[in-house]
Amino acid sequence: MGNTRHTWWRVCLVLLLLGALFAPGMSRADDKALLGLRGGYDDIAAAVTSLADHHDPRARVLIDALRHGALYKASDGNGLYIETDHGFVDAATNAAAPGLDPDALEKIRQNNNVRVAVAGALALLDLAAPDAATRRAAAAAMLDHPDAALLPALDHALASEHDPAARRAMVLARAASLLSVGASGHGVPEQLAAVAALRAAGGAQARAILLNIPAAPPAVRAAAAEAVHAIDRELQLWSLAQGLFYGVSLGSVLLIAALGLAITFGVMGVINMAHGELMMIGAYVTYVVQHATMSVLPGDAGLGLALAVPAAFLVCGALGIGIERGLIRFLYGRPLETLLATWGLSLVLQQAVRSLFGPSNVAVVTPAFMSGAARLGGIDITLNRLVIIVFAALVMLALTVVLRVTPLGLQMRAVTQNRRMASLMGIRTSRVDALTFGLGSGVAGLAGVAVSQIDNVSPNLGQGYIIDSFMVVVFGGVGNLWGTLAGAMSLGVANKILEPLAGAVLAKILVLVLIILFIQRRPRGLFPLRGRAVES
Amino acid sequence: MIRRRPASDWAAAVVLAAACVLALLSLLPEARLLHVPAYIVGLAGKYLSYAILALAVDLVWGFAGILTLGHAAFFALGGYAMGMYLMREIGTRGVYANPDLPDFMVFLSWTHLPWYWYGFSHLAFALLMAVLVPGVLAAAFGFLAFRSRVSGVYLSIITQALTYALLLAFFRNDMGFGGNNGLTDFKDIAGADLHQPATRAALLAITALVLALCLVVSRMILRSRYGDLLVAVRDAENRTRFIGYRPEHIKLMIWVFSAVIAGLGGALYVIQVGIINPGEFSPGNSIEAVIWVAVGGRGTLWGPVLGALLVNFGKTIFTGVLPELWLYALGALFILTTLFLPRGLVGLRRRVRRDATPALEPGDGEVTP
Repeated sequence: MGNTRHTWWRVCLVLLLLGALFAPGMSRADDKALLGLRGGYDDIAAAVTSLADHHDPRARVLIDALRHGALYKASDGNGLYIETDHGFVDAATNAAAPGLDPDALEKIRQNNNVRVAVAGALALLDLAAPDAATRRAAAAAMLDHPDAALLPALDHALASEHDPAARRAMVLARAASLLSVGASGHGVPEQLAAVAALRAAGGAQARAILLNIPAAPPAVRAAAAEAVHAIDRELQLWSLAQGLFYGVSLGSVLLIAALGLAITFGVMGVINMAHGELMMIGAYVTYVVQHATMSVLPGDAGLGLALAVPAAFLVCGALGIGIERGLIRFLYGRPLETLLATWGLSLVLQQAVRSLFGPSNVAVVTPAFMSGAARLGGIDITLNRLVIIVFAALVMLALTVVLRVTPLGLQMRAVTQNRRMASLMGIRTSRVDALTFGLGSGVAGLAGVAVSQIDNVSPNLGQGYIIDSFMVVVFGGVGNLWGTLAGAMSLGVANKILEPLAGAVLAKILVLVLIILFIQRRPRGLFPLRGRAVES
Repeated sequence: MIRRRPASDWAAAVVLAAACVLALLSLLPEARLLHVPAYIVGLAGKYLSYAILALAVDLVWGFAGILTLGHAAFFALGGYAMGMYLMREIGTRGVYANPDLPDFMVFLSWTHLPWYWYGFSHLAFALLMAVLVPGVLAAAFGFLAFRSRVSGVYLSIITQALTYALLLAFFRNDMGFGGNNGLTDFKDIAGADLHQPATRAALLAITALVLALCLVVSRMILRSRYGDLLVAVRDAENRTRFIGYRPEHIKLMIWVFSAVIAGLGGALYVIQVGIINPGEFSPGNSIEAVIWVAVGGRGTLWGPVLGALLVNFGKTIFTGVLPELWLYALGALFILTTLFLPRGLVGLRRRVRRDATPALEPGDGEVTP
């Protein structure tokens, strides 16, 4: 901390010396300003503004020194000094003042007035900075505190501004300033143009400015009121879009959690209550694989995550085949018993993971490319959510391909539609069952990898998803991946659209109640299987 | 089999007698050899309340083929109704000593008692609500579900959704039921101190009596013509419908009766355990109740009672001695019971006796011709 400050001061010193080179003589205004800095608070504030207004080359150094409490005046009122790493420097001459007695100096203090003036002055100076980002930030700062006094500076800066973003910010700041107190001298057409500019820009800030126009002619007021309405509509649309993104994001998590369940339920009529625990195991596989790769290649969290995808699929798939062969096989035709047995299995798996890894959360690292957020128009897009949406879409696509194109998929569909007929046609239904269950479990493992990026990885992870996944499958109808997709997305979006209206918990309750009511009308979901097989 | 030997009546008598003996022994002076400590009385009361819930689950699962994964919701609603009365009984003895509001409402700076708390200062009203609220909810839910012929796993899953929705709702502070902490710190019931051995002994005896009555009434229902229809619906719903009966009405009646019993069990449970919180709504609880029935033997009336007592006794032992092994044991119980004991312990006994009449065909709902 201290070190960076020292470097910073060294830079200041260089600037100071450059200033001395290019401005050997002092104008009268600057003389007055330096005098003002030694006066009372109001004098200091006026001096600061005047320094910045005249684009004095040393203004930045002086104002920065003032801001950081490094500006001193001699106790007798004569002389102004800046404290640097190498002792004091005379502010007027830039010459080092080695023999100065620190006890004879008095720090120049600031009050709120001075601080406001300092902030304004720095923004003015930044408006002419060589870096476009600095200029944009300065304009944004002026938008926060619009003032008619800023108008000349903004006009000056706009005349030579080429960076589009900075230009946009300046236009906004200028419009805001035109509508601020004390800008009534400017004509109505100019103010109307300012309202139009703010309306075009949109956003909560522009809305606040338009809402708080002080005194203005009726025409301007009317235009502003209309602009506020327009911006309100726009903001509503954006918040709807944001809700939609959150909804799709939640929907994709639900989708990937429910896909495996839909496969096993659709093909075998088996409700696998241990599905959530398979997800949990997938998340733990992610943890283990990432831990292993990061011990070889420290700092690379992405590789571990990438390797975890096939690893989780294989581990959970193998586990699923084991469960089918060892347990579910014996319970065919008794769906309710299967439900109970797999629930028992889920308890065992939970406790096993708890014994192995401990009851508390384990840390799965989010790779750099997945952290952070991007802003698109008026909505924030968190990158890990975006990656999960893409991942869920890929898994869905892969499953569709498996079901449509591969021989296993053909056999699975045949068994789903008519088990006995499929068996008579020579399909080994028990093998199809085992592989189907393995596939569904493997997808649960993939869901675990995805969920490990947004949720706590603990032995209880699965319990949080199992009911929601059931709801998706029941809502969407079984034996149809598109039904699962539709179910997941409707539930996700409904949840997130209701959330701002009713609160998170109430939204969830509402959605559950809606599903319960929906089932009354469509007992077999949105996309029910049709045909004889259904009734058995 | 009920026709030949009303085993459930014997079970009711045994439970009642055992509970009364236990209650009387707990009143002996502590120095006596046969004295039963207070915590045993409390545990026995809790087990018997669970047995009432198990009986309720069995009535719908064993006799109507409806696997409910949400019966703990009715149990907990009955419990909340009783808990509300017990909260009102605390009166000014709470931390904030507010005569009108329970502590948690004072803590949330509420000024008025919500309207749905009115009347709960009377025990009779609370008892009525403990059966009425679960009954009405079950009637509404069952009417919708059975009318549109939701059955099998779909019904199981939406019963789970029901209890899950209630779980979330009762966690909310705004609901006015104590939120996360629920209702607790009860002092007395109808003027009797809840911490006195005599009160606890009486409560145990009352719980046993209620369980015995439930068993007898259930037996009477099932031996009636209606009971035959119920089993007919369980085994072949479509055939029963085609003969001209209305399966949805038949199912609805037993469903509501079962919910009422569960609510009663919950009310007795809360008095003896001394706390009710939203955790009672958690879907896991409902599923655990199902395993009591499965272990004891569904489709019989005394099987679930036996199962509830045994499994909960095992749970107490396990969680005391080897807490980390309890979930393994419970999980194994689920798996082994469904694989090897589809008719539960009662079925085992029958198998040993080579009894020819099975209580239940394996398989649920429709028997396809």
